[in-house]
This record gives sequence, structure tokens and C-alpha cells, in this order.
Amino acid sequence: MSTNTQTVTVGAPAEAPSRRKPQLSEGARAERRLGWLLCAPAVIVMIAVTAYPVGYAIYLSLERYNLELPQNIKFVGLSNYGAVLSSPYWWQALKVTVIITVISVAITLVLGMLLAQVMHRTLFGRGTVRTAALIPYGIVTVAAAYGWQYAWTPSQGYLSAAFNNSAPLTSEYKAIAVIILAEIWKTTPFMGLLLLAGLSLVPEDLQKAAMVDGATAWQRFWRITVPLMKPAILVALLFRTLDSFRIFDNIFILTAGANNTGSVSILGYDNLFSALNLGIGSAISILIFICVAIIAVVFIKGFGTAAPGTDIGKR
Amino acid sequence: MAVTTPRQRVSWGTTNFVVIALALIPVLWLVSLAFKTPTAVLDPSFVPAQWTWGNFHQILSTSQFIRPLLNSIGIGLIATFIAVVLASMAAYAVARLRFPGKSLLIGMALLIAMFPIISLVTPLFSIERALGLFNTWPGLIIPYVAFGLPLGIYTLSAFFREIPWELEKAAKVDGATPFQAFIRVIAPLAAPGMVTTAILVFLFCWNEFLLAISLTSTTASRTAPASIAYFSGSSQFTVPTGPIAAAAVVITIPIIIFVVFFQRRIVAGLTSGAVKG
Repeated sequence: MSTNTQTVTVGAPAEAPSRRKPQLSEGARAERRLGWLLCAPAVIVMIAVTAYPVGYAIYLSLERYNLELPQNIKFVGLSNYGAVLSSPYWWQALKVTVIITVISVAITLVLGMLLAQVMHRTLFGRGTVRTAALIPYGIVTVAAAYGWQYAWTPSQGYLSAAFNNSAPLTSEYKAIAVIILAEIWKTTPFMGLLLLAGLSLVPEDLQKAAMVDGATAWQRFWRITVPLMKPAILVALLFRTLDSFRIFDNIFILTAGANNTGSVSILGYDNLFSALNLGIGSAISILIFICVAIIAVVFIKGFGTAAPGTDIGKR
Repeated sequence: MAVTTPRQRVSWGTTNFVVIALALIPVLWLVSLAFKTPTAVLDPSFVPAQWTWGNFHQILSTSQFIRPLLNSIGIGLIATFIAVVLASMAAYAVARLRFPGKSLLIGMALLIAMFPIISLVTPLFSIERALGLFNTWPGLIIPYVAFGLPLGIYTLSAFFREIPWELEKAAKVDGATPFQAFIRVIAPLAAPGMVTTAILVFLFCWNEFLLAISLTSTTASRTAPASIAYFSGSSQFTVPTGPIAAAAVVITIPIIIFVVFFQRRIVAGLTSGAVKG
């Protein structure tokens, strides 16, 4: 038994160099097969639930298909896209989505940076602060959204009472402001945690050296912390932007899209479940997918965001 | 820097207090609403004048909420278990093995992590109705596994790369069988990462709303967040504020428990997966 394991361990280092040769050894081929085998179940599930339905959505988007008129299905080419792109509802929803995304991500970035600094530097109670910050991250968005809705309901909510019994959810821009507030509260901790990871990579010595050289805290932040954190900031921005663009839960509970406050996701949902129009609904789905792809490409190619996980790939 | 002055203590104390208050006030407001009496709901004060368990009794005495709560727990646990098992296999391959197509897998997981779920709602609704999966547990479990996988693969491969795998070899030299080496040496080292991943995936399933309202139609499979949106008052004209707030508090309790007991793990999981890759 012991002699057996000995020969194996002695043999292993001798085998290792042969792995790197272009000709695949038996061991490398077995490793390859094991790798594929281990990944196969995950890949199959991911393809079955995403790639295949997206393909099906492209097909549906080229048909006139209303669930109320099932005998009336007909191939209509790109006309569903024409109908969506020439509809004011699409552009209104896109405008609302972009406003919510840009404002909430910008404010979340600033607040998240502050939160990361607090979580990183506070002298005591670090665990308590982190635990409290995780509550908005973990809470069910729908539950929190009801809290915000009631808080802003006149003669019922503390926030409405604090602002002269106002009813912000009944007017377009004020309602959007409340939606943005709910988004910011929910997502700042996630942004803060991603930035905290970047912050912990900034060497403390560098900060001290700059301090000795007479740099102010402001200068140290902009000249040392931000440049070193740039990769982490870009990844956090990419995640948050794409996540915010998909906004659905908060709007569904707070306004249900009333008074022109619906996002593109709300529009897609309404087209399926209120209008029962699979053709138009699918065209909207594909257009949203294209928007998300454009955002991702701009971040990765345009700003040079390192796609998370690329360093695993190289390993 | 090491010595703290009283002034520093006060300023950090204030800062910490502000952060904690901002995080907790909206949650405490929900708690307050949940304990208000039906008449006092129309009173904007933050602290209820009169406390009552009535709202909790009301929601926990009907299957309108109990059944969805059980669905949420069941669907969440099953989806989390499957996702963690499949993600562990893939993450082990990513962290330890050399094979072509690895970066393709990473890219695919990234794509799905960023996927707009609404884009899947229409086709999945159509496909699940055709396959008889609409309004069933598997109808939600399958997409939840798919969306849990990218999160799982990222977090776990980051954890797996930190494991000192030479220990496995060392154990074998000491006479352990491969199985013993795995169970006694590797599994205990991998367990923390798997627990962290399981928590993150479960939180995702527990939180998910869009698929939950789109792919279900009755309480047979509707999850708790989706069911709250369908609560109705005792009459057509009363908004069930109290019961909704009570239900929101109930589904928040597990999150508070996770966050309080696993704060370090959740922070480590979120940061390792996202930034170090």
C-alpha cells in the first residue's frame, strides 16, 4: 500500500513537463475529458434556460401572435419591431429606464464609496456596520418597496407627513424620484462591498508615504485611491448599470407603471400579461437584450473594464 | 494612527450611527406598520400607539400566505442545492483542471449573470405552458438554478483557488485513500466557500419576483414575495396595509438571521467573486 503511493508520487513530477508539450499525453487528455464532464451539467442548464428561450423569443418576435386570437398566428417579419420602435410607449419607457439608471447609479457610486470608506476605516463596530449594511442588500425588494410605498402615502406614511402630507407617487417625476430613492437604498450596500474589495487592495504604505510627502486626504483619494481602484470601480459600475437597467420589482410595487413611470421591463411584462401579445412582447424582450448587450460592450471595450473572471480563464 | 483620540472616537461613532440608522429605518418602519392596529394604520407616526399581533394572526391563519411561504422555502432550498452541486463541479474544473473552452464557460456565466430576466419571461411562459411546467415547482426551480449558477461558479472558483491542494497529495503520502483524502482534508477546506455560495444563491431565489409572478398562477407554486402582491383586503375598499407589512416582516426574518450569523461569509463571498474574478 505504502510502496504503491510512493511510486505514484515519484512518477507525478516526471509526468508534469510532458503536459505542456503540444502532443497530448494520456493524462492531459483525461484531464480535458474530466473538465468537460464536470462543466457539462452547468452548461446544459444555462443553455436550456437562456440560449434556447432567447432563440425562441427571436422566432416569436417575427410572428403576429396574440394569445386571445390563437388562430390568427402569422409570420410578419420585422413588423413587430417596427411597431415597437415607432410607439411612444417604448421611447417613454426607455427614457424612464435611462433616467433611473443614470441617476441611481451615479448617486450609488458616491454613497457606495463613502460606505466603503466607513466599512474599511472605522475604528470600532466594523462588524456591526457591515451587518447593518447587508440588510438592505439582502432584504426582499418587494418587501422594502411596500415600506417605501406606505411611507409616501398621504396621512399614512412618516415620510409623506414629514413633507407636508405630500403624495409624490401620483405625479410622474416625483414618483420617479421615489423609485430612485428606493433603488439607492437597496443597492448602495452592494456597491459599497464591491468597492471595499477594491479599497483593500490599495497598499497602506503608499497612503502613508503620500501623507509624509504632505498630500492632503483629498489629494490622496484622487491621486492614489481612485487610480488603484479603477478596475474595481468599473466592474461595480458595470454590474450596477446592468442591474438597474433591468429594474422591475420596485416600480411594479410603487406605481405599477402609472403616470408614465414604467421601465422597459414593466412594458414587456404588460405586453405579455395585459395585452397577451407574445409577438410584440418578444420584440420588446429582444430590444432590451440588445440594449443590455450594448451597455456591456461599451463598458468592456470602451472603458476597458476587465470582465470579471478573465484572469481565471488565463490561469 | 494607532492611538485613537476621543475626538476620533466621537466622529467615527457618529458616522457609524448614521450608516446603521439609514440602513435600518425603512425596515423598522415596516415592523411598525406590521404591529399597528387596522385603525392606527392611518396614523403616520413612526411608533405605533398600540401594539397588536393581529396582522400576523391574520396572515398566518390562511393558506393565502402559508402555502407561498412553504413554496418559497422549498423552491429556494432545492434550487440552491442543485445550483451549488453543479457549480462546485464546474468551479473545481475551472480552478484545478486544464481544458479548452474554459474561458468560454466563464464568458457564458458572465453573460447570464447580466442577463435581463424580462427577455426570458415571454419565451419561458410559452415554453413552460407547452411542457406543463407552468405553475409548478420545477417551473421555477429550473430557471433559478440557471441564474444561481453564474454566481456559484464565480464565488466557488475564487474559493477553490485558495485551497492548498498539496494537502491532498500529502494525505495520500501518509496513506490515505483518495476518498479519505477528499472527505477528511479537502471537503472541510471547501465547506466554507460552499456555505457562502449557498447563502448567496438562496438569497437570490428568496428575493426573485419577476419570474415568480410570471410563471405561476395560483398558490400551488407562487412564492411569498409574489403572493404579497396578490393580497386582498377584507373588503374591496380596504387596502391590506397591515397584513402586507406583516408578511413583508415575516419574509425579512430569515434574511436578518443570515446576515447576523454569516456577515463575514457574505462579505467575503460577494467581494471575492466579483472583484478578484
